[in-house]
Amino acid sequence: MGIVNITKTYDADFVKQVEKESGQDVALCYQCGNCTAGCPYTFAYDIPVSRIMRLVQAGQKDTVLKCKSIWMCATCESCTTRCPNNIDVAHIMDVLRHMARREGHAPVPTVKKFWDSFLDSVENNGRVFEVGLLAAYVAKTGRFWTDIDLGPKILPKGKMHFKPHEIQGKDEIKKIFKRFEEESRK
Amino acid sequence: MSDSLTYAYYPGCSGAGTSMEYDMSTRAVCDKLGIRLTDIPDWSCCGSTPAHTVDHSLSSALSARNLQLVEKMDMDTAITPCPSCLTNLKSAEHRMKKDEMREKVNKLLDTPYNGGVATKSVLQILVEDLGLDALKKSTIKPLKGLKVAAYYGCIMNRPPEVMNFDDPEHPMAMDNIMKAMGATVLPFPLKVECCGASFGIPRKDVVMKLSGKLLDVADDLGVDALVTACPLCQMNLDLRQTQVNSATGAKHNLPIFYYTQLMGLALGMSEKELGMDKLCVSPRKALDAIGKEEKK
Ligand code: SF4
Ligand code: SF4
Repeated sequence: MGIVNITKTYDADFVKQVEKESGQDVALCYQCGNCTAGCPYTFAYDIPVSRIMRLVQAGQKDTVLKCKSIWMCATCESCTTRCPNNIDVAHIMDVLRHMARREGHAPVPTVKKFWDSFLDSVENNGRVFEVGLLAAYVAKTGRFWTDIDLGPKILPKGKMHFKPHEIQGKDEIKKIFKRFEEESRK
Repeated sequence: MSDSLTYAYYPGCSGAGTSMEYDMSTRAVCDKLGIRLTDIPDWSCCGSTPAHTVDHSLSSALSARNLQLVEKMDMDTAITPCPSCLTNLKSAEHRMKKDEMREKVNKLLDTPYNGGVATKSVLQILVEDLGLDALKKSTIKPLKGLKVAAYYGCIMNRPPEVMNFDDPEHPMAMDNIMKAMGATVLPFPLKVECCGASFGIPRKDVVMKLSGKLLDVADDLGVDALVTACPLCQMNLDLRQTQVNSATGAKHNLPIFYYTQLMGLALGMSEKELGMDKLCVSPRKALDAIGKEEKK
């Protein structure tokens, strides 16, 4: 781990904000490393989860909000289940993603675009429309569907539908998203 | 069987699509066991993982719309087969216990949710409300001769404060059901490890690695099949098994059943009714092992 000069870069507001939004006391972390030991995603992280906890304690806002790890966390809840100090670590990872989004960071663009396409599908149909979601994702990323080999496996099973399931409450769902946007702008 | 086994049912989006055999077999099994399911009318998506990574009030609102519909049905317990839906519904309930969050969420909804609906997995009500004895008694075609391991995935039981069911590190509900219905169940050391979740599309490499490890360990155990309770786990392990094989050089050919499909067989239902033909890896060999004397 590089040396961090916290007298220069400690951001007290950041620490407070993380604590407020997550309802967790980050000072409780004593760096036992249990969370990292059980995290199945460490191999895909740029910063292991216990180190993220330390960087949050040290108020290193930029490093934390720009890291890839918070976009690769699957919320598997292993860290939360195993932390000896009962810190809801997965919740903190979630909150860090919320903050990173608000600040416009997305260092793993494919993941963000997939999540966004998913939510667009919910917003438009009320339920997820799997085929539409795939098409939207391909359009957003400009990537060809990398799962083309799965087509012949899944199509004959009759599990993929080519029309969304429309629900009556479609507009109610649209309004949830709209109100959420309005509230976030306040 | 008592009349009290009546629940509001939340199928979840994948139940109408990629996990339709899970939905089919769940409905068939419940019906056979005298469990009455009433679909939540006009249910909507719970928001799944993407919503909670954006904001907790948004995610809770998407779930709470469904809980509010259950309230309107005058029912107090909703059940769902999908652990991801379950987590979202339960987390919404949990978060909305705080006044501040409840107000924030209800502001996003047309009709506010008052609270008080309990959400459980189908798995939970099968072992807690119906019970293993009843399952044993209803078994007419025991799964004798079939060797399986149960894979729960990461979130069916975790975090324990929210999920409130079974053991967060060593869950046994599915193991016990399979045993009660006659299968040989081997302990699976990775039963709560993550399969790669929804990263299949945006970061396939992750699923190849994590699901690959699960398949390696299952094959080393020498089981005929894995049994799952999660649509995403099932898809990563079954549909993507050929991809895992090409990515890792393995030669897995392991059927991945939903536990309800095997329960259905034990209850005497047909393969067709249970959607066995919807599985990608052929379950033929495993199904043929049922009822045969074990060769020595
Ligand atoms: S398990 Fe808890 S105490 Fe240990 S390093 Fe992780 S967050 Fe800190
Ligand atoms: S919740 Fe995220 S950080 Fe925690 S163990 Fe799982 S993948 Fe790692």
